[in-house]
Amino acid sequence: MIKTTKVGGTRKKVLDMTGFLAVVAVFLLYMVPFALVLLNSFKKKRDIIKNPFSVLTEKGYTLDNYVKAFDKMDFLKAFGNSLFITGLATILVIVFSSMTAYYFTRAKNTFSKVFFAMMAASMIIPFQAIMIPLVSIYGAGLSILNHRLTLVFMHTGFAMSMSVFIYQGFIKSGIPISLEEAAYLDGASKVKTFFAVVFPLLKPTTATLVILNVLAFWNDYLLPSLVLGRKELYTLPLSTYAFYGTYSADYGVIMAALVLTVAPLLILYLFLQRHIIDGVVAGAVKS
Amino acid sequence: MGRKTGEKIKNLCIFALPGCLIFGAVVILPFLYGFYLTLTDWDGVSKVKHLVGAANYMAAFSDTAFWSSMGLTLKYVVISVVLVNAVAFLLAYALTNGLKGQNFFRAGFFTPNLIGGVVLGFIWQFVFSRVLVNLGETTGWGLFSTSWLSDPDKAFWSLVVVTVWQLSGYMMLIYIAGFTGLSTDVLEAASIDGATGFQRMRRVILPLMVPSFVICLFFTLSRAFMVYDVNLTLTGGEPYGTTKLVAMYVYDKAFTSRNYGVGQAEALFLFAVVACISGVQIYLGKKKEVEA
Repeated sequence: MIKTTKVGGTRKKVLDMTGFLAVVAVFLLYMVPFALVLLNSFKKKRDIIKNPFSVLTEKGYTLDNYVKAFDKMDFLKAFGNSLFITGLATILVIVFSSMTAYYFTRAKNTFSKVFFAMMAASMIIPFQAIMIPLVSIYGAGLSILNHRLTLVFMHTGFAMSMSVFIYQGFIKSGIPISLEEAAYLDGASKVKTFFAVVFPLLKPTTATLVILNVLAFWNDYLLPSLVLGRKELYTLPLSTYAFYGTYSADYGVIMAALVLTVAPLLILYLFLQRHIIDGVVAGAVKS
Repeated sequence: MGRKTGEKIKNLCIFALPGCLIFGAVVILPFLYGFYLTLTDWDGVSKVKHLVGAANYMAAFSDTAFWSSMGLTLKYVVISVVLVNAVAFLLAYALTNGLKGQNFFRAGFFTPNLIGGVVLGFIWQFVFSRVLVNLGETTGWGLFSTSWLSDPDKAFWSLVVVTVWQLSGYMMLIYIAGFTGLSTDVLEAASIDGATGFQRMRRVILPLMVPSFVICLFFTLSRAFMVYDVNLTLTGGEPYGTTKLVAMYVYDKAFTSRNYGVGQAEALFLFAVVACISGVQIYLGKKKEVEA
């Protein structure tokens, strides 16, 4: 008996070790593309072409790629546009979707039912089935493309259904109506009651939705490419794309541009890792 | 009574109306308007449109390039969904056994999902067209002697590779949540009853993981069907338009060839396919969940 446990123990250890090494190997494989981009962003073109794996270079390392990429892709401008659009759209989605979801849960009338059903059903519509009429209405019809606020408006609209859905599930199961009634009887208005009593209780869901929406807005390419046609309005993905088209043969500069583009989110990830992972899982499981 | 009704309308206007209006203006209105567009010959610029009846649908039906792109997309979706979920499940299994540094690995595997498809496509374009070719030259491996992106078949597989690389880390997190939620009592009971590792996996763990599978399948299916960014920046549909997935095909039809009516008709076909698959899957998932 004791002997078998012991044998089982050693065998388990060996298995654990093999498992660990397998995970490490797969992990390294997953990370290689990032490592290569980072490594080559500091190298000169000749060295990159000769051997993208080489750590030792003939021509030496350089920061020129970064200087050039930063300047030529108008990094600060694009970063600012991304920040403005993502920030404003996220705030609007959070405010409007939480209020809408609250209304849907508490006022069970025809309006609520119809719009809730429409939002739920709309989640299966692929963006491709909307983009052409969208451009037709807002471009040819209203002529309001090429404004950052138009993009903010559209981001907000597209994010509504998922956000309302997740908020609604949380409010329905987690917010007791008695709390609001107490505040309401104390003379607070409905709006005041919502922001003072209900909204703070939604914090975990709000955190989840902020993370999901920020990631979606920040990284989106297709919608911004349809709305923003002028260079000075470009978000980071748009300016990366345009930049790549012009400098595609200049590998070092391209690699530097890619590092610059992903750096803001990766730095954020370094600090908010736990929250981001939790938020993403919660979002996927609830919707 | 009158005051109460007034109050009710006020609440509706304050709480629900702004959100619903924006949603309606951006999602519902264009979606409905899209049906009208398919009946016209709109060229994207002029204010005048003529009704052309079902001509755009007929054109979409007989557009063989569209259907072969749809076929390619189906192939891509099936292969990607299977591989993504298989890899994700294995990773999740390996990373829930108390492995040293498992949180670090989890965070690392998820990283590609923080980055937009445009950048991911560019990163891998560099890997496929320069790095692997260089590897082929120095090692003499025939597999990498020419760029994968210049061969139709290999370019397709490069899309699959990038998709699996990206999405498996995401789905892994959902499977991990599923594994963590498994009751240890049930697993211990199975071991005490003499279940081997394989039996335990087959008879106990897999049935209990059905909800996670449903979530992941739904997620990967819809993501794979609508993929555009990675397609655009990794292969750009090349070589010779052989890797143009349906989302990109519809985009080009409308905005590059300026064939808006036909493009929208094809977009609605895509919608129909996605809607059917989602419907079937939700139905099967609900049924299975009850049985399990």
